[in-house]
Amino acid sequence: MSQPTMNGNKAPHVPMKNLVGFLLSLILTFAALGLGLAHVMSFGMVMFIILILAVLQIVVQLYFFMHFTESDGPRYHIIGLAIAVFFVICIIGGSIWAMTFNSQAL
Amino acid sequence: MLDRLKEFASNFFVTGEPMIYMSDVAIVLVSLAIIFTLTYFKKWKWLWREWITTVDHKRIGIMYLISALLMLFRGGVDALLMRTQLALPNQHFLDAQHYNEIFTTHGTIMILFMAMPFIFALFNIAVPLQLGARDVAFPYLNAISFWMFFFGALLFNLSFVIGGSPDGGWMSYPPLTELPTDPGPGENFYLLGLQISGIGSIATGINFIVTILKMRAPGMKLMKMPLFCWSVLASCIVIIFAFPALTIALLLLMIDRMAGAHFFTMTGGGNPMMYINLFWVWGHPEVYIVILPAFGILSEVVATFSRKKIFGYASMVASLMVISIVSYLVWAHHYFVMGASAGVNSFFGVASMIIGIPTGVKIFNWIFTMFRGRVRMTLPIYWTMAMITCFAFGGMTGIMLAAVPIDYQVHNSYFLIAHFHQTLIGGVVFGLLAGLYYWWPKMFGFKLNERLGKWAFWFFNIGFYVCFMPQYALGFMGMTRRVYTYPADAGWTSMNFTSTIGAYMMGVGFIFMVVQILYSIKYGERDLTGDPWDGRTLEWSVPSPAPEYNFAHIPEVEERDAWWEMKQKGQSLVQLNHQKPFEPIHMPNNSGRPFIMSLFFFIAGFGLVFNWWWMGAVGLLGVAVTMVLRSQERHDSHYIPAEEVQRSEAALGRF
Repeated sequence: MSQPTMNGNKAPHVPMKNLVGFLLSLILTFAALGLGLAHVMSFGMVMFIILILAVLQIVVQLYFFMHFTESDGPRYHIIGLAIAVFFVICIIGGSIWAMTFNSQAL
Repeated sequence: MLDRLKEFASNFFVTGEPMIYMSDVAIVLVSLAIIFTLTYFKKWKWLWREWITTVDHKRIGIMYLISALLMLFRGGVDALLMRTQLALPNQHFLDAQHYNEIFTTHGTIMILFMAMPFIFALFNIAVPLQLGARDVAFPYLNAISFWMFFFGALLFNLSFVIGGSPDGGWMSYPPLTELPTDPGPGENFYLLGLQISGIGSIATGINFIVTILKMRAPGMKLMKMPLFCWSVLASCIVIIFAFPALTIALLLLMIDRMAGAHFFTMTGGGNPMMYINLFWVWGHPEVYIVILPAFGILSEVVATFSRKKIFGYASMVASLMVISIVSYLVWAHHYFVMGASAGVNSFFGVASMIIGIPTGVKIFNWIFTMFRGRVRMTLPIYWTMAMITCFAFGGMTGIMLAAVPIDYQVHNSYFLIAHFHQTLIGGVVFGLLAGLYYWWPKMFGFKLNERLGKWAFWFFNIGFYVCFMPQYALGFMGMTRRVYTYPADAGWTSMNFTSTIGAYMMGVGFIFMVVQILYSIKYGERDLTGDPWDGRTLEWSVPSPAPEYNFAHIPEVEERDAWWEMKQKGQSLVQLNHQKPFEPIHMPNNSGRPFIMSLFFFIAGFGLVFNWWWMGAVGLLGVAVTMVLRSQERHDSHYIPAEEVQRSEAALGRF
């Protein structure tokens, strides 16, 4: 009868995990922005580091906000995560592939 | 002072166009009439309590439906204006600028503010009832989704009389839509309107995935679920992975326009083609988002009206899932001529053709379901058959376009226009209308008049072919999309004139539909059984319209087509009422906050459109405050006492 949709009458508490996650994601974002604005490294190097920061950002989001370690039915999680990873690779890889025409002799 | 005010008003309001002045008058009169009626009949409180604050999926579905039909009207009027302009060569009914604005709003409204709310209407109305659930997983979020869509659509439509409509096409490609080449607020209306309603769409996607995975009645394994629910699941998976790409594309363009960045400019290291890429990363999956539920509807309708189990259930599920995955691998076919390498074009061309295989599986399954069935020729099956025919041919012209060499010849011509209208009208709209007629009795408790409906059907269908078949030919003859007029010696006159006749026939069809609805409200056959079509799935096991709590007792499901199996065994939910004691039912509380929060989003959006930063800040602050208040809320649900459930079931004649 009790539906999983409604919160009970829990006492309020400080969501430390979410706060830490929020701060980390902000730091990662501004680190990328700072690198882009600073012009201290070569273009390729900046791109490489920003890509790593982006992957870290995904991990932070998944761990701190998507609760992907708290599983009640791991099957859903694994299928969902697999689809997500597949789509991310397709979209990012596909975009880079489709956008490299400038470097080719046509 | 007065002069400054005058100058402000002449920029703020759209001026100089007699048609828009007439619309201004009409808008004011209709608004006054609505306010007067609500006040005269003392309905303000009712409106607030029963509709604006509701979290009931059935009511939210009805509000989505009304919005979708209104937007169908607006988008349809845009279409008729364009066809009127193009009926004869060298006309001056619309000037170039006005024509640009109209094709932009027509496209945007039809796909985002007509098709999307239409599918969400049917999601809301059918999915919880088919699953044997009492509401969606997150009813409060559902209300937020609706109001975000509503205010996003309102903001977009406002551009018509305030500030000026967007004129960059419904894809709004930069660099044309960058600030130097497209000043004025029109483009901002597009960006903000889509952004706000997009939040609602993503939330709906999440909501229905969770509902389908978590809220099914006991015994309903995934492979026993009605096919419409499968199609909703497939569609929602596409929503949550595709919409973020649109959000990002629009956000980056917004930063370009408002903060002077260079993501998509030709100078400063930007690349406008990246916008096109990101837009279609969303844009192609988007058409699958709207067509997949139509496939689900057809699967329900053919099974019900052929009195047969659907042919090839497992292959239907598999094809839905394959489409939802492969739909991510085809987007570049929207810009074959951009100059990507042969490898890119070949890959995306072949992937686009592969989509034809699972779609073909579905078409054959529908036909085999009807084969040797006792097909009852009612309105839902009329639209279903029309959809199968029309969509099959639309799909075939799509395969032609997926072949890169052909695409090089006909891209951006009227051939393309005819193709995607055939899939979006012939596929999505026909399919959704089948669903509308099918579930209408469940929503409102009466059937729609068949006779008027058939007039609407034939006008709309014949009109469709008269309108769009000539456009294929026009494409071959070299007419490109978005031309606002053409010379008399181009040889396009007769085809264009025919096409316009077809468009007006579709308009007449729409009027018949409106008349049909109005007539049926008064004289339509009442549905007293809750099962007017002799249905197969659980939504037909409850009264029409369903009570607030949907199911007094949640049924146990043993087979596919659960309600049909129960009927074969002589069971019904009324028996459950006698066998089991009534228990209090846990329901979510109504809340005005989704409405207020979305209103703040609207205020923020309106401010940002005109670069009034203070107003944007006020709006976003309001959003933040309503969110904090929500997170502090402790009592968001209540119980309907057992006696009240019993009384209500007794009043429905079920106890």
